Amino acid sequence: MAVEMSTREAYGKTLVELGKENENIVVLDADLSRSTNTQLFAKEFPERFFDCGIAEQNMMGIAAGLAASGKTVFASSFAVFASGRCYDQVRMSIAQPRQNVKIVASHGGISVGEDGCSHHSIEDLALYCSFPNFSVIVPADANETAHAVRIAAATYGPFYIRLSRPKTSVVFDDNYRFELGKAVTMRGGWDVTVIACGLMVHRALLAADALAKQGIELRVVNMSTLKPIDEEAIIGAANETGAILCVEEHLQHGGLGSTVAQVVAKHQPVPMSFLAIKDYYSPSGKPNELLERHGLTSEGIEKEVRALVGRKG
Amino acid sequence: MAKTLRRHIIRMTAKAGSGHPGGSLSAVEILTALFFNHLRYDPRNPRWTDRDRFVLSKGHAAPLLYSALAEAGYFATEELLTLRQLDSRLQGHADMTATPGVELSTGSLGQGLSFGIGIAIAARLDRRDYRVYVLVGDGECEEGQVWEAAMAAAHFKVDNIVAIIDRNQQQIDGWTYEIMNSEPLDEKWRSFGWHVIEVNGHDPAQILAALEEAKTVKGKPTAIIAHTTKGKGVSFMENNLEFHGRAPTADEAEQALKELE
Repeated sequence: MAVEMSTREAYGKTLVELGKENENIVVLDADLSRSTNTQLFAKEFPERFFDCGIAEQNMMGIAAGLAASGKTVFASSFAVFASGRCYDQVRMSIAQPRQNVKIVASHGGISVGEDGCSHHSIEDLALYCSFPNFSVIVPADANETAHAVRIAAATYGPFYIRLSRPKTSVVFDDNYRFELGKAVTMRGGWDVTVIACGLMVHRALLAADALAKQGIELRVVNMSTLKPIDEEAIIGAANETGAILCVEEHLQHGGLGSTVAQVVAKHQPVPMSFLAIKDYYSPSGKPNELLERHGLTSEGIEKEVRALVGRKG
Repeated sequence: MAKTLRRHIIRMTAKAGSGHPGGSLSAVEILTALFFNHLRYDPRNPRWTDRDRFVLSKGHAAPLLYSALAEAGYFATEELLTLRQLDSRLQGHADMTATPGVELSTGSLGQGLSFGIGIAIAARLDRRDYRVYVLVGDGECEEGQVWEAAMAAAHFKVDNIVAIIDRNQQQIDGWTYEIMNSEPLDEKWRSFGWHVIEVNGHDPAQILAALEEAKTVKGKPTAIIAHTTKGKGVSFMENNLEFHGRAPTADEAEQALKELE
């Protein structure tokens, strides 16, 4: 599993395939097509690609108008801009009327790195999970991204798919089939469950390897769909392992951890812990340096899991 | 018809006890011209693919839009009196999920034109000849998104879209030139690449002529700046800021309806 590929690269390639299969697909970008990789679609289908310039609010409105006219619309930018810069436009023109718009945002989280806090997207999942009608997906790798983008294209309604800038480890093979709203147990275990999304899934798997040597059987669940959340998988993990650690490259509130905690509190309260971006804005730095600062590493996961084992009593 | 729409607006806002009569009354002639002399639509098939689209970007003028839709046959005029009631199809601001004939949910200003561009581009992609009309408030033009859209419409050369600006010169806190001066408004739209026509927004002939002229403009969008009076048609509401967002009392409504006989 040493293969690495960025999720945004998988997005660009998948869009081109979709464009060939379905001439109803229209793609928009806000002057970041070289980074989000929508440029691949733009080259292949220039008549169905619209660069809206540096104007995210307007782009979301245009996306809604195209969708209301029967198009399946993909709109892309960096996660920080695709969420904060146009929140109300998405709310009024896309979420409330349940338009068929797929917002695929690259450069999620702090693994954006050196660009610094203006470009770190740490609130986007909270913002998008707050919208009624939206489906929210954070794929764990390039393969899952390709599947999630295809499912989004084939499923009516608004989607937010969050991708990453750096190349990340591939954790799924080609036979993997993504199901919207279904968590995937990546590794069985009975002591503690880690529920993770995005690039943290691979780190959780590394932690599971290390913990196995210490006699701790860690269950690793990939919760790529944050909304609608897979309640059954969460309740099962709470029942069967008795403790849950949520790991995400996002602020601790409003994202994966909050959503899972609500389900656990309601159905099966068990000790929980949360490994997430701490409540401050991060400086520039290399992606791994920043992730390390927030404990978002396999070692950080190991530490939290050991503490949870102690709390199980 | 203009008088009928005005009477509806007075009755429904008075019954609801809230709403926005001022900015509804200012655009009555504009909607009368569009809905009863210009637009292509079928009230029995509100989502007809080839219909012309009317987008109410200034969503607070919902009482006016509902009045026009009812008179156009989308629903019974009796339903107008359910405005703003719990579970009514006639929401406080325009809601495309609730009311047949409403194209976009609005009320948060500045968003209609962007949506209109999306529809206009779709028409071009699908080789359909329907046209898109977006009613924008003049105060609404203070929203930055309006100018993002103005730039984009000209850039994408959509000539099947018309922005109609209800230039009533008033916004909630006062006269537009006092709160946030947008003059020269015509030059702004022209410099963004639009064909600009100025009309008396209460003169049906001028409005219709402008709408026809817009059809002949190729390669660029058209903006019609319609000079209007807020609260038009009711003496004590004209240019009276109070009635931007306040409904007439029962007595005021009675007097207004007398003036509109």
